[in-house]
Amino acid sequence: MTDEFDALKAALRKAPAPDDDMKARAIAQAMENFDRLQGSPLGLRPMEDRSKEAGFFRGVQKMISAIARRPWLTATTSAAALAVGMVAFLPVAEIGRLRQTPPQEPLIVQAPEAKVRLTEQSDAGQILAPAELASKQEVTNAPAKSGAKATNSAAETDTLSKAMSSETGSLAMTDTVAIAPAPAVVGLATPMKLAPAAEPNTEAFANADLNPVKITAEEPVSTFSIDVDTASYAVVRSFLNAGQLPPAEAVRVEEMVNYFPYAYPAPKAGQAFRPTISVMPTPWNTGTRLVHIGIQGAMPAMADRPALNLVFLIDTSGSMDEANKLPLLKQSFALMLAELRPQDQVAIVAYAGSAGQVLPPTFAKDRAVILAALDQLAAGGSTAGAEGIALAYQVAEAMKSEGEVSRVILATDGDFNVGISDPEVLKTYIAGQRKTGTYLSVLGFGRGNLDDATMQALAQNGNGTAAYIDTLNEARKVLVDQLTGALYPIADNVKIQIEWNPAQVAEYRLIGYETRALARADFNNDKVDAGDIGAGTSVTAIYEITAPDSPALLHDPLRYQASDGAAGPGELGFLRLRHVAPGGSSSALQETSILPQTGAASEDARFAVAIAGFGQLLTGAKYTGDWGWDQAIDLALSARGDDPFGFRIEAVNLMRMAQSLGAD
Amino acid sequence: MLMDTPDETLAQAARSGDRAALGVLIGRHYDRVFGLAWRLTGSRADAQDLAQDVCAALPVKLTAWRGEARFSTWLYRVVVNAAHDQRRRAATRLKASECWGDWELARQDEITGEAERLDWLTGTMRTLSPELRDTVALVVGEELTQAEAAQVLGLSEGTVAWRMSEVKKRLKAIAAQEAAR
Repeated sequence: MTDEFDALKAALRKAPAPDDDMKARAIAQAMENFDRLQGSPLGLRPMEDRSKEAGFFRGVQKMISAIARRPWLTATTSAAALAVGMVAFLPVAEIGRLRQTPPQEPLIVQAPEAKVRLTEQSDAGQILAPAELASKQEVTNAPAKSGAKATNSAAETDTLSKAMSSETGSLAMTDTVAIAPAPAVVGLATPMKLAPAAEPNTEAFANADLNPVKITAEEPVSTFSIDVDTASYAVVRSFLNAGQLPPAEAVRVEEMVNYFPYAYPAPKAGQAFRPTISVMPTPWNTGTRLVHIGIQGAMPAMADRPALNLVFLIDTSGSMDEANKLPLLKQSFALMLAELRPQDQVAIVAYAGSAGQVLPPTFAKDRAVILAALDQLAAGGSTAGAEGIALAYQVAEAMKSEGEVSRVILATDGDFNVGISDPEVLKTYIAGQRKTGTYLSVLGFGRGNLDDATMQALAQNGNGTAAYIDTLNEARKVLVDQLTGALYPIADNVKIQIEWNPAQVAEYRLIGYETRALARADFNNDKVDAGDIGAGTSVTAIYEITAPDSPALLHDPLRYQASDGAAGPGELGFLRLRHVAPGGSSSALQETSILPQTGAASEDARFAVAIAGFGQLLTGAKYTGDWGWDQAIDLALSARGDDPFGFRIEAVNLMRMAQSLGAD
Repeated sequence: MLMDTPDETLAQAARSGDRAALGVLIGRHYDRVFGLAWRLTGSRADAQDLAQDVCAALPVKLTAWRGEARFSTWLYRVVVNAAHDQRRRAATRLKASECWGDWELARQDEITGEAERLDWLTGTMRTLSPELRDTVALVVGEELTQAEAAQVLGLSEGTVAWRMSEVKKRLKAIAAQEAAR
């Protein structure tokens, strides 16, 4: 050891003494923030814009929790890719699925001059957290910042395994990751050390307490917004594929049920959607019945659908330079291209990195031209690239002609540096463009950097959907199979209200939709936003109901019953649906009686019930009694139906996985 | 009794809403946080700000704490990240982006030897790249092992070892320069 080194050590060791006053102030500050944090727990997920949420700090806190869990997702998804070698009982189909999956957030080994994204960026937002310490602008910019690319000096980038090193990711993994000084993706080479240690998970997921069993006589009306999100299923899947049980908060039963395509009877001509109600015995409780409500959105005749004008607004910032981001995006769009009609037009605008119009409006029939332009997209290091979104809308405007549908599709890994930095301004801008007829959808790629809240808010303001694309399979589901649903909205603000008949139904329980509950009065209030349905998509809700004389009643009957009212004989309840036609302002009402049916439930309905059971088994199985994994798997298998894309068998395999992981 | 509780238990308790546990935890670690902050920034004022920021953000950050690493390691990482963030913000504001750049004026009133020592330290640290400074702050200043520093920085141990040898090379070069003068 040299003298200089010792001198350095001596000098560095002798840090100035901390100031007691400062210390006291720091502790007081921490306590204050702590109290605020306790006082404002994560509540219901917003169905409206973020801006309408109560309180600024809560918004920040929500954003932070979204950020905080990203590295975790990163870790679990990469573990999913790594797990292939380990999990011997993975059925072949599953392995195939994984194999075609590009490794998620793979263990990228950097080439010496490679640009390295600092993964601790997820911290950037958090350090800014306390409201006092930063202006709103600064805080809300944080996620964009985390997309900012920092360049390590060339000398430093010898062998950095950055992908796994995020602070909230698994620190334990960093030293087990094989590192080779070559610009390669190590991916499947290191299947040992699965995943983050099986600690009790502590991410903050948005969820509410389980819906309780309600007494019809006391609260006959149940109101909620439909939920067409499917994110929870993807999260559950990545947990299970990583060999871990998902935490109960990560499970939103309705999102799991709605992940699957169902072939409910199509609505009649002129109707936006059609509810199909079936009543069946509850698999997990002989004393109750399930009321399954499947709502099928109309599929406009696609043969004469209006021409589509699509502007891809693509993030080409440095962080997109990962196998599951820009390359996956290119593959996904190529898949989607095959679904377009010759008369549809496509344009590409890039932002961050290589900015500007990459492809002028081009008819979809010129496939080669579009593919070539896509192919040339490269993730560049620098950000900036101002007018991204304005340019995209400008291009869309130029493409517009009478009767056509225009949509900007923003594809990003979380870098919303699209030229308007203030998210509020951005949302207002997008909402303004929506009124001119250009809608916006957001596709999230990769999971290291995603800003879930912003994505959802932008897509909602743009009348579009926000989807995560983490595998080519998911890309196909979202962009090919559900292209029409994603691009053509048919009903906005869909709300469901059910009034139960106390003479027939003494108790009821809505399975899932905990975060979508609406107040009874909100049903008729068109100002209260709710979920939207896309063309041809379906939404499912399941109630468990108990008859007044059933031994399964949880509450003792009241001695003094109300009169039966207007209910027809044997009517279980009355379903009311409200929706607003796209672009419309006032809602239309649809009403149906719920009658006890005797016919066998459809395969779709039974499969939905199996998935609802799956979700409940993952969330504590409070109401499912002795009914367990074997029964859930049997039910799902028996209702597997056609399943051409293997979604259902994938779910069965996830159930098997959960069973062997020891969920009760 | 809280005083004897391990960090990890306290962190877990604080996470689930135990106010007292958080107080103990921060009281226990403030000095360490401040020390590292000073080693990373070279400025007492910046170090105070940084420590304040870290403490203020800790309640929220703890929600992401999963007990995978030792609490102190995790906390080091939080501080390092906060320092990076501060650096980045400073850079965007076109302020002196170099930490270890602001001379410690207050310090100059102190004993001359002390001031000289600090001058030398500041001068030396400034010759190192930010990455090397971070590594030095952890390995030399905090006396972490290279493996621990690697964990904190999210690097491989090899990288930290390489950085340290680079630091020693630079130090030698500086010494040679001084000797030649």
